[in-house]
Amino acid sequence: MQVTINVNGEPITRDVEPRKLLVHFIREDAELRGTHWGCDTSNCGACTLWVDGEAVKSCTVLAAQADGHDVRTVEGMETEAGLDPVQQGFIECHGLQCGFCTPGMMMTARWLLDHNPHPSEEEIREAISGQICRCTGYKNIVEAIQWAADHPATSEVNA
Amino acid sequence: MQTPAPTDYVRATSVANAIALLEEHGEEARILAGGHSLLPMMKLRIARPEMLIDINDLDELRGIRVEGDELVLGAMVTHREVLESPILSEHYAVFREAEKVIADPLVRNRGTVGGSMCQADPSEDLSALGAALRGTVVIQNSSGSRTVPLREFHEGPYETKVGPAEMLTEVRFPIRPGAGSAYEKVERRVGDWAVCSAGVFVTVKDGVVADCGIGLTAVGAEHFCAPDAEAFLIGKAPTEENLRAAAKLAGDASDPSSDQRGPADYKKHLAEELTFRALTRAAAASQGA
Repeated sequence: MQVTINVNGEPITRDVEPRKLLVHFIREDAELRGTHWGCDTSNCGACTLWVDGEAVKSCTVLAAQADGHDVRTVEGMETEAGLDPVQQGFIECHGLQCGFCTPGMMMTARWLLDHNPHPSEEEIREAISGQICRCTGYKNIVEAIQWAADHPATSEVNA
Repeated sequence: MQTPAPTDYVRATSVANAIALLEEHGEEARILAGGHSLLPMMKLRIARPEMLIDINDLDELRGIRVEGDELVLGAMVTHREVLESPILSEHYAVFREAEKVIADPLVRNRGTVGGSMCQADPSEDLSALGAALRGTVVIQNSSGSRTVPLREFHEGPYETKVGPAEMLTEVRFPIRPGAGSAYEKVERRVGDWAVCSAGVFVTVKDGVVADCGIGLTAVGAEHFCAPDAEAFLIGKAPTEENLRAAAKLAGDASDPSSDQRGPADYKKHLAEELTFRALTRAAAASQGA
């Protein structure tokens, strides 16, 4: 079947099998490999991206279901103004070690901050509770998200 | 790598259209709601539907509303919507308490109430909640719809009263002014299925329990409820002694199996203890404590 998915604002049309998972469409068809493919079982959250503004695990959504919908991936975080504060926060606070969980963590962090700009540490930990960092670097990830909350997008941050 | 077996896909344009598609494609067709139960089952090849009928476009299945003396949830209401619903929280704290411990925020963004009910996992938290509140479901087919009490909805693990060419369209809960409610869950880690959960409501009037409901999940309680424990409490003061005795009966209503989540006697203990804790909080809430 033919699907057209708006990925980071760009419509991408491909022929896919109906059983194709969105994570594989993004990586293989849209050729955006920032979205990682981890556990396959909706446990690890490495494949987290947005569908119509909601953070979801893309290993548990069919590409067919996203036909005609808006998808935002980690590649869509940076704007002309520069890095998203979440990305900057992960740099400032050393929010990654191996980097495998990072794209998913950042997409969830941005989703959290859009809904709750000043989350408590507990709310941050709850938000990323569906994601696994196998380096166990949660402390720095939480701090990175806190940094982003404390530094909302301004020209200063993005300079 | 886990990939579903080959399947076909179609988007339904209305409930009537979805049912017509189910009739057309027969028993190998499945309704695709949030997909967070069905797609994992398909990846494990436990489920191999030949046709997926996506109902995500059906706005008629969305929304939470009050209708007369009932709370009505469309089948496509997501777990997150239940968690954040002021209408549901106003009437029953148990919705928020249960949803907070169902899966994780990302799964709750996508998973639906109707999908969870139809998946009918023996550890489903909403099954305990639905049994406790004595909710009903509306099941529709091409000749009309019928209402089925949630305490009669399950035929067994992963089996419900929803037949081929039928779909669940609504879940309904009676509103009970003055009721307090609570949910208690023990899980191995955040987002996991319950080792045991207890959901309850209690209405205390004139110092005695006028009405109550006790739901249990993951411990093999028939229809996810504990009717003997409920009957015991009616007309009695919600004292610690009486709540303990009722909780003991709830433990007796469980029939858990030993598995990787724990031995059977531990789960039976949890059924009793979690029921006691939930009853204690619900009774206090009903009395405005």
